[in-house]
Amino acid sequence: MSPEAPERLPPLRRKSVSFGWLDGLLLALLLAAFGYFAWRTQTVLYYKWDWSTVWPWIVRVDPRTGGWVPNAILLGLATTLRLAVWGIMLAAVIGAVMGWARTSQRLLPRLISTSYVMLIRNIPPIVFVFVFVFFITSQILPSLGIADRAARLSPEVQWWLSVLFGPTNRIENFIVGLICLSVFTGAYVTEIVRAGIESVPRAQVEAGNSLGLTRFQVLRDIVFPQALRNVIPPLSNQFIQMIKDSSLVSLVSVQELTFVAQDIQISTQRVFEVLLFVGLIYFLICWSLSALFGKLERDATRVRG
Amino acid sequence: MSRDGQPMIALSGVNKWFGTFHVLKDIDLEIHAGQRVVVCGPSGSGKSTLIRCINRLEEHDEGQIVVDGITLDEDMRNVAAIRREVGMVFQQFNLFPHLSVLDNCVLAQRRARGTPKAEARERAMHYLERVRIPEQAAKYPAQLSGGQQQRVAIARSLCMEPKVMLFDEPTSALDPEMIKEVLDVMIDLAQSGMTMICVTHEMGFARKVADKMVFMDHGRIVETAPPDRFFAAPASERTQLFLSQILSH
Repeated sequence: MSPEAPERLPPLRRKSVSFGWLDGLLLALLLAAFGYFAWRTQTVLYYKWDWSTVWPWIVRVDPRTGGWVPNAILLGLATTLRLAVWGIMLAAVIGAVMGWARTSQRLLPRLISTSYVMLIRNIPPIVFVFVFVFFITSQILPSLGIADRAARLSPEVQWWLSVLFGPTNRIENFIVGLICLSVFTGAYVTEIVRAGIESVPRAQVEAGNSLGLTRFQVLRDIVFPQALRNVIPPLSNQFIQMIKDSSLVSLVSVQELTFVAQDIQISTQRVFEVLLFVGLIYFLICWSLSALFGKLERDATRVRG
Repeated sequence: MSRDGQPMIALSGVNKWFGTFHVLKDIDLEIHAGQRVVVCGPSGSGKSTLIRCINRLEEHDEGQIVVDGITLDEDMRNVAAIRREVGMVFQQFNLFPHLSVLDNCVLAQRRARGTPKAEARERAMHYLERVRIPEQAAKYPAQLSGGQQQRVAIARSLCMEPKVMLFDEPTSALDPEMIKEVLDVMIDLAQSGMTMICVTHEMGFARKVADKMVFMDHGRIVETAPPDRFFAAPASERTQLFLSQILSH
Protein backbone atom coordinates (compact mmCIF):
# COMPACT_ATOMS: atom_id res chain seq x y z
CA MET A 1 0.00 0.00 0.00
CA SER A 2 1.36 3.42 -0.88
CA PRO A 3 1.84 5.87 1.97
CA GLU A 4 -0.76 8.22 0.44
CA ALA A 5 -3.44 5.55 0.26
CA PRO A 6 -6.83 7.22 0.51
CA GLU A 7 -8.79 6.65 3.67
CA ARG A 8 -10.81 3.51 3.33
CA LEU A 9 -14.56 3.98 3.37
CA PRO A 10 -16.99 1.29 4.39
CA PRO A 11 -18.40 -0.79 1.48
CA LEU A 12 -21.67 0.47 0.03
CA ARG A 13 -24.58 -1.58 1.20
CA ARG A 14 -27.92 -1.60 -0.56
CA LYS A 15 -30.84 -1.05 1.74
CA SER A 16 -32.94 -4.14 1.29
CA VAL A 17 -36.72 -3.90 1.20
CA SER A 18 -38.01 -7.19 2.45
CA PHE A 19 -41.47 -8.07 1.25
CA GLY A 20 -42.11 -11.80 1.50
CA TRP A 21 -45.09 -14.04 0.92
CA LEU A 22 -46.28 -13.48 4.51
CA ASP A 23 -46.47 -9.72 3.94
CA GLY A 24 -48.44 -10.36 0.74
CA LEU A 25 -50.85 -12.63 2.57
CA LEU A 26 -51.40 -10.13 5.38
CA LEU A 27 -51.99 -7.33 2.90
CA ALA A 28 -54.50 -9.46 0.98
CA LEU A 29 -56.35 -10.33 4.18
CA LEU A 30 -56.45 -6.67 5.19
CA LEU A 31 -57.85 -5.63 1.80
CA ALA A 32 -60.41 -8.43 1.90
CA ALA A 33 -61.59 -7.37 5.36
CA PHE A 34 -61.85 -3.79 4.21
CA GLY A 35 -63.81 -4.78 1.09
CA TYR A 36 -66.17 -6.91 3.14
CA PHE A 37 -66.76 -4.01 5.52
CA ALA A 38 -67.50 -1.65 2.62
CA TRP A 39 -69.85 -4.19 1.03
CA ARG A 40 -71.73 -4.66 4.33
CA THR A 41 -72.21 -0.96 4.88
CA GLN A 42 -73.45 -0.57 1.29
CA THR A 43 -75.86 -3.49 1.15
CA VAL A 44 -76.83 -4.65 4.62
CA LEU A 45 -76.65 -1.48 6.67
CA TYR A 46 -78.30 0.42 3.85
CA TYR A 47 -77.29 3.84 5.04
CA LYS A 48 -77.63 6.81 2.73
CA TRP A 49 -74.68 9.09 3.30
CA ASP A 50 -75.45 12.79 3.30
CA TRP A 51 -72.53 14.98 4.25
CA SER A 52 -74.18 18.23 3.18
CA THR A 53 -76.03 18.51 6.50
CA VAL A 54 -72.73 18.71 8.37
CA TRP A 55 -71.16 21.76 6.72
CA PRO A 56 -73.67 24.42 7.94
CA TRP A 57 -72.76 23.43 11.49
CA ILE A 58 -69.19 24.53 10.97
CA VAL A 59 -69.89 28.11 9.90
CA ARG A 60 -73.16 29.88 9.30
CA VAL A 61 -74.30 33.17 7.86
CA ASP A 62 -75.24 35.75 10.44
CA PRO A 63 -78.71 37.01 9.35
CA ARG A 64 -78.11 40.48 10.80
CA THR A 65 -74.75 41.26 9.24
CA GLY A 66 -74.73 38.80 6.38
CA GLY A 67 -71.14 37.70 7.29
CA TRP A 68 -69.80 34.25 8.16
CA VAL A 69 -69.70 33.36 11.84
CA PRO A 70 -68.46 30.19 13.49
CA ASN A 71 -71.21 27.73 14.26
CA ALA A 72 -71.55 24.96 16.84
CA ILE A 73 -68.74 22.70 15.63
CA LEU A 74 -66.13 25.46 15.58
CA LEU A 75 -67.33 26.78 18.94
CA GLY A 76 -67.13 23.28 20.38
CA LEU A 77 -63.67 22.85 18.88
CA ALA A 78 -62.59 26.11 20.55
CA THR A 79 -63.82 24.83 23.91
CA THR A 80 -62.01 21.52 23.41
CA LEU A 81 -58.79 23.37 22.56
CA ARG A 82 -59.16 25.58 25.65
CA LEU A 83 -59.71 22.49 27.77
CA ALA A 84 -56.64 20.91 26.18
CA VAL A 85 -54.26 23.85 26.63
CA TRP A 86 -55.27 24.76 30.19
CA GLY A 87 -55.73 21.12 31.08
CA ILE A 88 -52.20 20.17 30.02
CA MET A 89 -50.75 23.04 32.04
CA LEU A 90 -52.82 22.34 35.15
CA ALA A 91 -52.31 18.59 35.00
CA ALA A 92 -48.56 19.14 34.54
CA VAL A 93 -48.41 21.34 37.66
CA ILE A 94 -50.50 18.90 39.70
CA GLY A 95 -48.43 16.00 38.41
CA ALA A 96 -45.12 17.73 39.17
CA VAL A 97 -46.09 18.62 42.75
CA MET A 98 -47.76 15.30 43.49
CA GLY A 99 -45.00 13.36 41.74
CA TRP A 100 -42.46 15.06 43.97
CA ALA A 101 -44.64 14.29 47.00
CA ARG A 102 -44.76 10.63 45.98
CA THR A 103 -40.97 10.44 46.26
CA SER A 104 -40.70 12.60 49.38
CA GLN A 105 -38.94 11.19 52.41
CA ARG A 106 -41.63 12.62 54.68
CA LEU A 107 -44.74 10.61 55.42
CA LEU A 108 -47.50 13.21 55.04
CA PRO A 109 -46.79 14.31 51.45
CA ARG A 110 -46.36 10.69 50.48
CA LEU A 111 -49.63 9.73 52.14
CA ILE A 112 -51.60 12.52 50.46
CA SER A 113 -50.23 11.90 46.98
CA THR A 114 -50.54 8.13 47.21
CA SER A 115 -54.17 8.38 48.30
CA TYR A 116 -54.86 10.82 45.46
CA VAL A 117 -53.39 8.51 42.84
CA MET A 118 -54.99 5.37 44.24
CA LEU A 119 -58.41 6.99 44.50
CA ILE A 120 -58.52 8.31 40.96
CA ARG A 121 -56.78 5.43 39.25
CA ASN A 122 -59.15 2.89 40.70
CA ILE A 123 -62.56 4.37 39.93
CA PRO A 124 -64.15 4.72 36.47
CA PRO A 125 -63.73 8.20 34.99
CA ILE A 126 -67.50 8.71 34.60
CA VAL A 127 -68.08 8.06 38.29
CA PHE A 128 -65.27 10.44 39.12
CA VAL A 129 -66.68 13.20 36.90
CA PHE A 130 -70.14 12.98 38.43
CA VAL A 131 -68.98 12.75 42.03
CA PHE A 132 -66.42 15.50 41.56
CA VAL A 133 -68.77 17.91 39.83
CA PHE A 134 -72.03 17.41 41.71
CA PHE A 135 -70.70 16.78 45.19
CA ILE A 136 -67.58 18.90 45.27
CA THR A 137 -67.26 21.73 42.79
CA SER A 138 -70.99 22.47 42.48
CA GLN A 139 -71.06 23.13 46.20
CA ILE A 140 -68.01 25.37 46.29
CA LEU A 141 -67.74 27.21 43.00
CA PRO A 142 -71.12 29.08 42.94
CA SER A 143 -70.29 30.62 46.32
CA LEU A 144 -67.32 32.39 44.73
CA GLY A 145 -69.64 34.19 42.27
CA ILE A 146 -67.18 34.05 39.40
CA ALA A 147 -69.80 34.54 36.69
CA ASP A 148 -71.23 37.64 38.43
CA ARG A 149 -67.80 39.14 38.84
CA ALA A 150 -66.90 38.39 35.24
CA ALA A 151 -70.10 40.09 34.07
CA ARG A 152 -69.09 43.29 35.86
CA LEU A 153 -65.66 43.55 34.21
CA SER A 154 -64.82 46.00 31.42
CA PRO A 155 -65.59 44.87 27.83
CA GLU A 156 -61.91 44.39 26.91
CA VAL A 157 -61.26 42.20 29.91
CA GLN A 158 -64.41 40.25 29.13
CA TRP A 159 -63.24 39.78 25.57
CA TRP A 160 -59.90 38.38 26.77
CA LEU A 161 -61.68 36.16 29.26
CA SER A 162 -63.89 34.78 26.52
CA VAL A 163 -60.86 34.06 24.34
CA LEU A 164 -59.09 32.27 27.17
CA PHE A 165 -61.97 30.55 28.95
CA GLY A 166 -64.96 30.77 26.60
CA PRO A 167 -68.20 32.76 26.92
CA THR A 168 -68.36 34.54 30.28
CA ASN A 169 -71.88 33.35 31.05
CA ARG A 170 -70.64 29.75 30.90
CA ILE A 171 -67.31 30.38 32.59
CA GLU A 172 -68.19 28.60 35.83
CA ASN A 173 -69.23 25.53 33.94
CA PHE A 174 -65.98 25.59 31.96
CA ILE A 175 -63.85 25.93 35.10
CA VAL A 176 -65.64 23.00 36.73
CA GLY A 177 -64.99 20.85 33.68
CA LEU A 178 -61.38 21.99 33.46
CA ILE A 179 -60.57 21.30 37.11
CA CYS A 180 -62.27 17.94 36.88
CA LEU A 181 -60.28 16.94 33.82
CA SER A 182 -56.97 18.21 35.25
CA VAL A 183 -57.39 16.53 38.61
CA PHE A 184 -58.25 13.32 36.81
CA THR A 185 -55.31 13.46 34.38
CA GLY A 186 -53.01 14.80 37.11
CA ALA A 187 -53.15 11.44 38.89
CA TYR A 188 -51.70 9.67 35.87
CA VAL A 189 -49.14 12.43 35.30
CA THR A 190 -48.15 12.02 38.97
CA GLU A 191 -47.21 8.42 38.37
CA ILE A 192 -45.25 9.34 35.26
CA VAL A 193 -43.37 12.07 37.14
CA ARG A 194 -42.61 9.69 39.99
CA ALA A 195 -41.20 7.15 37.56
CA GLY A 196 -39.17 9.95 35.97
CA ILE A 197 -37.74 11.12 39.28
CA GLU A 198 -36.85 7.56 40.22
CA SER A 199 -35.14 7.06 36.86
CA VAL A 200 -32.49 9.67 37.74
CA PRO A 201 -29.55 7.90 39.42
CA ARG A 202 -29.05 8.53 43.12
CA ALA A 203 -25.47 9.55 42.30
CA GLN A 204 -26.80 12.69 40.58
CA VAL A 205 -28.44 13.78 43.83
CA GLU A 206 -25.21 13.06 45.70
CA ALA A 207 -23.19 15.11 43.24
CA GLY A 208 -25.60 18.02 43.73
CA ASN A 209 -25.53 17.64 47.50
CA SER A 210 -21.75 17.48 47.61
CA LEU A 211 -21.63 20.86 45.84
CA GLY A 212 -23.70 22.43 48.62
CA LEU A 213 -27.02 22.64 46.76
CA THR A 214 -30.18 22.44 48.84
CA ARG A 215 -32.66 19.61 48.45
CA PHE A 216 -35.00 21.87 46.47
CA GLN A 217 -32.22 23.10 44.18
CA VAL A 218 -31.13 19.55 43.48
CA LEU A 219 -34.70 18.66 42.59
CA ARG A 220 -35.28 21.68 40.37
CA ASP A 221 -31.91 21.99 38.62
CA ILE A 222 -30.69 18.41 38.46
CA VAL A 223 -33.39 15.79 38.99
CA PHE A 224 -36.39 17.40 37.28
CA PRO A 225 -34.77 18.30 33.94
CA GLN A 226 -33.38 14.78 33.59
CA ALA A 227 -36.60 13.16 34.78
CA LEU A 228 -38.62 15.16 32.28
CA ARG A 229 -36.41 14.07 29.44
CA ASN A 230 -36.89 10.44 30.37
CA VAL A 231 -40.68 10.67 30.49
CA ILE A 232 -41.49 12.64 27.34
CA PRO A 233 -42.97 9.57 25.55
CA PRO A 234 -45.38 8.48 28.33
CA LEU A 235 -46.19 12.10 29.06
CA SER A 236 -47.17 12.79 25.45
CA ASN A 237 -49.31 9.67 25.56
CA GLN A 238 -51.08 10.93 28.66
CA PHE A 239 -51.75 14.38 27.25
CA ILE A 240 -53.18 12.92 24.05
CA GLN A 241 -55.32 10.70 26.23
CA MET A 242 -56.45 13.80 28.08
CA ILE A 243 -57.66 15.51 24.94
CA LYS A 244 -59.81 12.51 24.16
CA ASP A 245 -60.95 12.31 27.79
CA SER A 246 -62.05 15.93 27.56
CA SER A 247 -65.19 14.54 25.91
CA LEU A 248 -66.11 13.21 29.36
CA VAL A 249 -66.93 16.67 30.66
CA SER A 250 -69.69 16.90 28.06
CA LEU A 251 -71.54 14.86 30.69
CA VAL A 252 -71.71 17.95 32.87
CA SER A 253 -72.78 20.24 30.00
CA VAL A 254 -69.45 21.72 29.07
CA GLN A 255 -70.17 22.48 25.42
CA GLU A 256 -67.08 21.02 23.85
CA LEU A 257 -66.79 19.07 20.64
CA THR A 258 -68.47 15.84 21.75
CA PHE A 259 -71.32 17.69 23.45
CA VAL A 260 -71.92 19.71 20.31
CA ALA A 261 -71.70 16.61 18.15
CA GLN A 262 -74.39 14.86 20.16
CA ASP A 263 -76.61 17.94 19.86
CA ILE A 264 -76.22 18.02 16.11
CA GLN A 265 -76.80 14.29 15.78
CA ILE A 266 -80.13 14.66 17.55
CA SER A 267 -81.33 17.59 15.50
CA THR A 268 -80.15 16.33 12.09
CA GLN A 269 -80.39 12.56 12.50
CA ARG A 270 -77.09 12.30 10.60
CA VAL A 271 -75.36 10.18 13.24
CA PHE A 272 -72.43 8.72 11.31
CA GLU A 273 -71.48 11.81 9.36
CA VAL A 274 -71.29 14.01 12.45
CA LEU A 275 -69.50 11.35 14.47
CA LEU A 276 -66.92 10.65 11.77
CA PHE A 277 -66.32 14.33 11.12
CA VAL A 278 -65.79 15.09 14.80
CA GLY A 279 -63.60 12.01 15.07
CA LEU A 280 -61.44 13.42 12.28
CA ILE A 281 -61.07 16.70 14.16
CA TYR A 282 -59.96 14.85 17.32
CA PHE A 283 -57.52 12.87 15.22
CA LEU A 284 -55.99 16.03 13.77
CA ILE A 285 -55.58 17.66 17.20
CA CYS A 286 -54.04 14.57 18.77
CA TRP A 287 -51.86 13.85 15.78
CA SER A 288 -50.45 17.41 15.83
CA LEU A 289 -49.73 17.07 19.52
CA SER A 290 -47.89 13.78 19.04
CA ALA A 291 -45.87 15.39 16.25
CA LEU A 292 -44.98 18.23 18.61
CA PHE A 293 -43.92 15.83 21.35
CA GLY A 294 -41.97 13.78 18.82
CA LYS A 295 -39.99 16.89 17.96
CA LEU A 296 -39.42 17.67 21.64
CA GLU A 297 -38.14 14.16 22.16
CA ARG A 298 -35.72 14.37 19.24
CA ASP A 299 -34.43 17.75 20.44
CA ALA A 300 -33.94 16.43 23.96
CA THR A 301 -31.93 13.42 22.86
CA ARG A 302 -29.84 15.46 20.45
CA VAL A 303 -28.63 17.79 23.21
CA ARG A 304 -27.48 14.82 25.25
CA GLY A 305 -24.89 14.17 22.56
CA MET B 1 -2.10 23.86 60.32
CA SER B 2 -5.05 26.22 60.23
CA ARG B 3 -4.74 29.52 62.05
CA ASP B 4 -5.56 28.26 65.57
CA GLY B 5 -3.77 24.91 65.29
CA GLN B 6 -7.06 23.02 65.09
CA PRO B 7 -7.15 20.15 62.61
CA MET B 8 -9.14 20.81 59.42
CA ILE B 9 -10.93 17.50 59.82
CA ALA B 10 -11.20 15.54 63.05
CA LEU B 11 -12.96 12.21 63.45
CA SER B 12 -13.16 10.69 66.89
CA GLY B 13 -14.76 7.41 67.88
CA VAL B 14 -16.78 7.23 64.64
CA ASN B 15 -18.90 4.12 64.16
CA LYS B 16 -21.33 3.30 61.41
CA TRP B 17 -23.55 0.38 60.52
CA PHE B 18 -25.33 -0.53 57.29
CA GLY B 19 -28.17 -2.50 58.83
CA THR B 20 -26.31 -4.98 61.00
CA PHE B 21 -23.07 -4.69 59.03
CA HIS B 22 -20.51 -2.75 61.06
CA VAL B 23 -18.85 -0.74 58.29
CA LEU B 24 -16.79 1.75 60.33
CA LYS B 25 -15.28 0.76 63.66
CA ASP B 26 -13.95 3.32 66.15
CA ILE B 27 -12.38 5.59 63.59
CA ASP B 28 -10.02 8.28 64.93
CA LEU B 29 -8.37 10.48 62.33
CA GLU B 30 -7.02 14.03 62.23
CA ILE B 31 -6.17 15.89 59.07
CA HIS B 32 -4.59 19.32 59.11
CA ALA B 33 -4.86 22.07 56.53
CA GLY B 34 -2.57 21.41 53.58
CA GLN B 35 -2.13 17.71 54.34
CA ARG B 36 -2.55 15.09 51.63
CA VAL B 37 -3.90 11.84 52.94
CA VAL B 38 -4.20 8.68 50.89
CA VAL B 39 -6.60 6.02 52.17
CA CYS B 40 -6.17 2.51 50.85
CA GLY B 41 -7.31 -0.96 51.68
CA PRO B 42 -9.16 -3.94 50.22
CA SER B 43 -12.64 -3.41 48.80
CA GLY B 44 -15.33 -3.45 51.46
CA SER B 45 -12.92 -2.11 54.07
CA GLY B 46 -15.00 1.06 54.56
CA LYS B 47 -12.67 3.59 52.96
CA SER B 48 -15.31 5.09 50.66
CA THR B 49 -17.83 5.21 53.47
CA LEU B 50 -15.25 6.98 55.61
CA ILE B 51 -14.81 9.90 53.23
CA ARG B 52 -18.52 9.98 52.40
CA CYS B 53 -19.16 10.61 56.09
CA ILE B 54 -16.97 13.72 55.97
CA ASN B 55 -19.47 15.59 53.75
CA ARG B 56 -22.39 13.63 55.18
CA LEU B 57 -23.38 11.73 52.07
CA GLU B 58 -23.51 9.02 54.73
CA GLU B 59 -24.56 9.64 58.33
CA HIS B 60 -22.37 8.21 61.05
CA ASP B 61 -24.12 6.54 63.97
CA GLU B 62 -21.65 7.21 66.79
CA GLY B 63 -18.75 9.53 67.48
CA GLN B 64 -17.94 13.02 66.33
CA ILE B 65 -16.87 14.55 63.02
CA VAL B 66 -15.66 18.15 63.02
CA VAL B 67 -14.84 19.88 59.74
CA ASP B 68 -13.29 23.34 59.77
CA GLY B 69 -14.60 23.90 63.31
CA ILE B 70 -18.17 22.85 62.47
CA THR B 71 -19.58 19.71 64.03
CA LEU B 72 -21.61 17.50 61.68
CA ASP B 73 -25.00 16.76 63.16
CA GLU B 74 -28.68 16.71 62.26
CA ASP B 75 -28.66 20.46 61.61
CA MET B 76 -28.93 20.81 57.84
CA ARG B 77 -27.43 24.31 57.95
CA ASN B 78 -24.19 22.86 59.29
CA VAL B 79 -24.26 20.17 56.64
CA ALA B 80 -24.80 22.73 53.87
CA ALA B 81 -22.00 24.93 55.25
CA ILE B 82 -19.58 22.00 55.31
CA ARG B 83 -20.56 20.80 51.85
CA ARG B 84 -19.71 24.21 50.43
CA GLU B 85 -16.20 23.94 51.89
CA VAL B 86 -15.61 20.31 50.96
CA GLY B 87 -15.38 19.31 47.31
CA MET B 88 -15.89 15.74 46.20
CA VAL B 89 -14.85 13.77 43.13
CA PHE B 90 -16.61 10.47 42.49
CA GLN B 91 -15.50 7.23 40.88
CA GLN B 92 -18.21 7.53 38.21
CA PHE B 93 -17.65 11.31 37.68
CA ASN B 94 -21.38 12.07 38.19
CA LEU B 95 -21.41 15.06 35.87
CA PHE B 96 -24.84 16.48 35.11
CA PRO B 97 -25.61 15.05 31.65
CA HIS B 98 -28.23 17.67 30.76
CA LEU B 99 -25.82 20.59 31.25
CA SER B 100 -22.84 21.65 29.18
CA VAL B 101 -19.38 21.36 30.69
CA LEU B 102 -19.41 25.09 31.43
CA ASP B 103 -22.86 24.95 33.06
CA ASN B 104 -21.78 21.97 35.13
CA CYS B 105 -19.14 24.28 36.61
CA VAL B 106 -21.41 27.32 36.86
CA LEU B 107 -24.56 25.83 38.42
CA ALA B 108 -23.48 25.41 42.04
CA GLN B 109 -21.59 28.71 42.12
CA ARG B 110 -24.77 30.51 41.10
CA ARG B 111 -27.15 28.57 43.33
CA ALA B 112 -25.17 27.81 46.49
CA ARG B 113 -22.93 30.89 46.54
CA GLY B 114 -25.05 33.39 44.62
CA THR B 115 -22.09 34.31 42.42
CA PRO B 116 -23.02 36.69 39.55
CA LYS B 117 -23.20 34.96 36.17
CA ALA B 118 -20.20 36.63 34.53
CA GLU B 119 -17.98 35.95 37.52
CA ALA B 120 -19.14 32.33 37.75
CA ARG B 121 -18.36 31.76 34.07
CA GLU B 122 -14.98 33.37 34.42
CA ARG B 123 -14.10 31.19 37.37
CA ALA B 124 -15.40 28.11 35.56
CA MET B 125 -13.12 28.86 32.60
CA HIS B 126 -10.22 29.47 34.96
CA TYR B 127 -10.54 26.02 36.50
CA LEU B 128 -11.25 24.33 33.17
CA GLU B 129 -7.93 25.78 32.02
CA ARG B 130 -6.32 24.50 35.17
CA VAL B 131 -7.49 20.94 34.37
CA ARG B 132 -6.40 21.59 30.76
CA ILE B 133 -9.70 21.28 28.88
CA PRO B 134 -11.00 24.84 28.34
CA GLU B 135 -11.74 23.97 24.70
CA GLN B 136 -14.43 21.47 25.80
CA ALA B 137 -16.50 24.05 27.69
CA ALA B 138 -19.43 24.06 25.25
CA LYS B 139 -19.68 20.27 24.94
CA TYR B 140 -21.92 17.93 26.89
CA PRO B 141 -20.47 15.30 29.25
CA ALA B 142 -21.48 12.39 26.98
CA GLN B 143 -19.24 13.84 24.25
CA LEU B 144 -16.12 13.57 26.41
CA SER B 145 -13.83 10.68 27.27
CA GLY B 146 -13.79 9.31 30.81
CA GLY B 147 -10.56 11.11 31.66
CA GLN B 148 -11.91 14.39 30.36
CA GLN B 149 -15.14 13.91 32.29
CA GLN B 150 -13.25 13.29 35.49
CA ARG B 151 -11.17 16.43 34.96
CA VAL B 152 -14.39 18.41 34.45
CA ALA B 153 -15.67 16.90 37.71
CA ILE B 154 -12.52 18.15 39.46
CA ALA B 155 -12.94 21.60 37.93
CA ARG B 156 -16.61 21.65 38.96
CA SER B 157 -15.58 21.03 42.57
CA LEU B 158 -12.75 23.54 42.47
CA CYS B 159 -15.16 26.24 41.26
CA MET B 160 -16.67 26.24 44.75
CA GLU B 161 -13.16 27.09 46.03
CA PRO B 162 -13.28 24.38 48.68
CA LYS B 163 -10.85 24.10 51.58
CA VAL B 164 -10.75 20.32 51.31
CA MET B 165 -11.06 17.96 48.34
CA LEU B 166 -12.25 14.40 48.74
CA PHE B 167 -11.44 11.88 46.00
CA ASP B 168 -13.36 8.62 45.98
CA GLU B 169 -11.40 6.23 43.73
CA PRO B 170 -11.18 8.87 41.00
CA THR B 171 -9.27 6.70 38.52
CA SER B 172 -10.89 3.31 39.10
CA ALA B 173 -13.44 3.70 36.30
CA LEU B 174 -10.92 4.94 33.75
CA ASP B 175 -9.09 3.26 30.90
CA PRO B 176 -5.37 2.85 31.69
CA GLU B 177 -4.44 5.53 29.15
CA MET B 178 -6.60 8.12 30.84
CA ILE B 179 -5.48 7.54 34.39
CA LYS B 180 -2.36 9.61 33.93
CA GLU B 181 -4.14 12.75 32.75
CA VAL B 182 -6.33 12.70 35.86
CA LEU B 183 -3.43 11.94 38.21
CA ASP B 184 -1.42 14.79 36.68
CA VAL B 185 -4.21 17.20 37.56
CA MET B 186 -4.37 15.78 41.08
CA ILE B 187 -0.61 16.06 41.55
CA ASP B 188 -0.78 19.65 40.34
CA LEU B 189 -3.53 20.30 42.85
CA ALA B 190 -1.55 18.69 45.68
CA GLN B 191 1.45 20.83 44.89
CA SER B 192 -0.69 23.97 45.15
CA GLY B 193 -1.28 23.19 48.81
CA MET B 194 -4.85 21.86 48.70
CA THR B 195 -5.94 19.69 51.60
CA MET B 196 -6.79 16.36 50.03
CA ILE B 197 -8.12 13.00 51.10
CA CYS B 198 -7.85 10.41 48.36
CA VAL B 199 -9.20 6.91 48.35
CA THR B 200 -7.09 5.31 45.66
CA HIS B 201 -4.97 2.33 44.75
CA GLU B 202 -2.57 4.44 42.68
CA MET B 203 0.49 3.83 44.84
CA GLY B 204 2.77 5.82 42.55
CA PHE B 205 0.58 8.84 43.14
CA ALA B 206 0.54 8.12 46.87
CA ARG B 207 4.35 7.94 47.07
CA LYS B 208 4.63 11.18 45.17
CA VAL B 209 2.19 13.43 47.02
CA ALA B 210 0.94 11.85 50.24
CA ASP B 211 1.93 13.20 53.67
CA LYS B 212 0.07 10.43 55.37
CA MET B 213 -0.99 6.92 54.39
CA VAL B 214 -4.03 5.35 56.01
CA PHE B 215 -4.62 1.62 55.61
CA MET B 216 -8.06 0.24 56.38
CA ASP B 217 -9.38 -3.29 56.70
CA HIS B 218 -12.77 -4.55 57.90
CA GLY B 219 -13.91 -1.06 58.90
CA ARG B 220 -10.89 -0.31 61.04
CA ILE B 221 -7.88 1.92 60.52
CA VAL B 222 -5.11 -0.67 60.72
CA GLU B 223 -2.14 1.56 60.15
CA THR B 224 -1.32 5.25 59.72
CA ALA B 225 2.16 6.21 58.59
CA PRO B 226 4.13 8.61 56.41
CA PRO B 227 4.52 7.09 52.93
CA ASP B 228 8.24 6.29 53.08
CA ARG B 229 7.78 4.21 56.23
CA PHE B 230 4.42 2.84 54.99
CA PHE B 231 5.90 1.42 51.81
CA ALA B 232 9.35 0.46 53.15
CA ALA B 233 8.49 -0.95 56.54
CA PRO B 234 4.78 -1.36 57.25
CA ALA B 235 4.18 -2.24 60.88
CA SER B 236 1.19 -4.50 60.55
CA GLU B 237 1.18 -7.89 58.85
CA ARG B 238 -2.13 -7.09 57.15
CA THR B 239 -0.60 -4.00 55.54
CA GLN B 240 2.42 -6.02 54.40
CA LEU B 241 0.15 -8.60 52.79
CA PHE B 242 -1.95 -5.94 51.05
CA LEU B 243 1.09 -4.10 49.72
CA SER B 244 2.73 -7.30 48.52
CA GLN B 245 -0.44 -8.11 46.58
CA ILE B 246 -0.89 -4.77 44.84
CA LEU B 247 2.80 -4.00 44.29
CA SER B 248 3.79 -7.44 43.07
CA HIS B 249 3.37 -6.64 39.35
